[in-house]
Amino acid sequence: MIRRLLTRPTGCFAVIVLGLLVVLAAVSLVWTPQDPFRTDPFRQWAAPSPAHWFGTDASGRDIASYLLAGTRTTVLVAVGSGVVASLVGMVLTAIGSLTTRWVREGTAVLLDILVAFPTLLTAMLLTAVFGGSLGIVVVSVGLSFGVTIARVARGEIRRIARSDYVVAARASGVGPLGVLTRHLVPNAAPLFTVQLSLAMATAVLAEAGLSYLGYGAGSDTASWGNLLADLQTYIGVHPWSATWPGAAIALVVAALSLLGDAVRDATDPRLTTGDRAATGDRAATGDRTATGDRTATGDRTATGDRATTADPGAGGDPAADADPAADADPAADRRGPGGTATTPGVTA
Amino acid sequence: MTRFLVGRLLLLVVGLLVASIIVFATLRVLPGDVAQVVAGTQSTPAQVEQLRQQLGLDRPVVVQYLDWIGGVLRGDLGRSLVTNGAVGPEIAQKLAVTLPLAGMSLVAALLLGVPLGVLAAVLRRRTGGAAIGFVAQAVAAVPVVWAGMLLIALFAVTLHWLPTQGFPLDGWDDPARAFSSLVLPALTIGAVEGAVILRFTRSATLAVLDADHVRTAAAIGLTRTRALVRHGLPSVALTVLAVLGVQIAGLLVGAVVVEQLFSLPGVGRMLVTDVGRRDVTKVQSELLVLTGLVLLVGFAVDVVHRALDPRQREVGE
Repeated sequence: MIRRLLTRPTGCFAVIVLGLLVVLAAVSLVWTPQDPFRTDPFRQWAAPSPAHWFGTDASGRDIASYLLAGTRTTVLVAVGSGVVASLVGMVLTAIGSLTTRWVREGTAVLLDILVAFPTLLTAMLLTAVFGGSLGIVVVSVGLSFGVTIARVARGEIRRIARSDYVVAARASGVGPLGVLTRHLVPNAAPLFTVQLSLAMATAVLAEAGLSYLGYGAGSDTASWGNLLADLQTYIGVHPWSATWPGAAIALVVAALSLLGDAVRDATDPRLTTGDRAATGDRAATGDRTATGDRTATGDRTATGDRATTADPGAGGDPAADADPAADADPAADRRGPGGTATTPGVTA
Repeated sequence: MTRFLVGRLLLLVVGLLVASIIVFATLRVLPGDVAQVVAGTQSTPAQVEQLRQQLGLDRPVVVQYLDWIGGVLRGDLGRSLVTNGAVGPEIAQKLAVTLPLAGMSLVAALLLGVPLGVLAAVLRRRTGGAAIGFVAQAVAAVPVVWAGMLLIALFAVTLHWLPTQGFPLDGWDDPARAFSSLVLPALTIGAVEGAVILRFTRSATLAVLDADHVRTAAAIGLTRTRALVRHGLPSVALTVLAVLGVQIAGLLVGAVVVEQLFSLPGVGRMLVTDVGRRDVTKVQSELLVLTGLVLLVGFAVDVVHRALDPRQREVGE
């Protein structure tokens, strides 16, 4: 899988950028060109030079050193959000697929509702209670994407559980645990990875947005969002100064969302190379099973309605699973919740 | 359709209810006492106690919740803990900035995203198509703050075409001035959200280009362009509509950051200020209004989508 990932230019780009980010974060632990917090009133707005690679800011801080120190915050926020999102997603998925029918149905409705809560509003709500911090960013992004993961996983797991190979495995005597570890987890993993990379991309953007609003990283923490916020104050005088932190954030966010796309392309057996892969045309085989599954449980109309309301309109977060191909494909008679999003959540 | 409407309406009502409960419950676990926060650090315990009774904070939480929701249903959003001003009229006044901003952002996002997305799909094997796709990917990754700063730097600071920041004090009395001060903020949100719409439009168009019915239309004598426009784009439009439900929510939320950046007196900026002041009653009503708008938009988009998409009709409908 890793090799298939690297054969694609986008996958290669994503891996290089993210690898570099982690290496830089590790380097910044032991070394930065200058002290990132040392201000120097005689060196305000210095142009880029060998001493100050990216110049200095309004208080004479070395921008390159500050950016380098900020990589740690970016990695921390992205990884932390990913971890929280996975935990929340796994717990909700377990509740939504392993418990009794009433709990499952209740969870399904609740997920449809919760997925509409925008990440930034969750963050503002938590900030009003606990005060701004990086933890708020991690928790709110983690919660939002945990819900999204659980909702996407619901359809996918139903589809897999009904597939011929799982039925065959069951018939040949594989137990529930065997089906779980050998079929369900490996097949749902790509979808999970895609959502995770989106969660991490959103986390980096959310850190920038909330730090800008004054509720992200504290001023004693070097963060790209803080630098962007600082430089924004001088927009009338030095309008282009924010290029470095802005571009750094955009680069990492693009790499994370490209990584998601590349993982999906590299692991989805339903995709072939070329234009079809680019369109993300995977809906033809999509989630009719998920819908049909509902139908089997009873009322047909109610079932169809759920499947339609469940999809894009209910998602308040831009990264929710509105699958373009599912709609565009005439073969897919109903939109199912199984699509994967191809876009990063630009919420902050 | 009726059954769908009833079911969807029910989901909307339950959604609003769940939203209000989550917002209220979260704000009530506030560490530290709301009355203490309002009274300030110089207050005596007796003053705090009096304030608590005055604000009704000594009543059971459920009673406080029902009081709030009952007020909301009658159009009374409560009073600020800090200034004692009525919250409802203030939000209404701020919406006069936020809603036009969201509307203009939507127009900008659609004007940027849809035509370029179709173009990128049609030119898929040429450099132009790849270039559009690349730029969209890059723009979608840009933090809204930086996007806004770049637009200010270009159109306001360098070219002097538009005002940098702020909104006329007399509001919409001078529509042209008010409009021009919303152009850059709308472009900021529109560019970022438009990039997302572009990518969905592109993949929907790509799928349609290869669809059997479009190929057949071309085979029976329509030009490729007419085949795409007459038989392909309607389903692309449905995809865009479906994505819009999510994106309009993004526009409203994007306004929180953009209003701050451009110093616009909208609901988003009001929320940021009140979160800073820990004005609990205001924050809860603002969050309810914003999530309510998001849920309403989702509802409206779902209903329109359902009405327009023939694939979703029940048999015999």
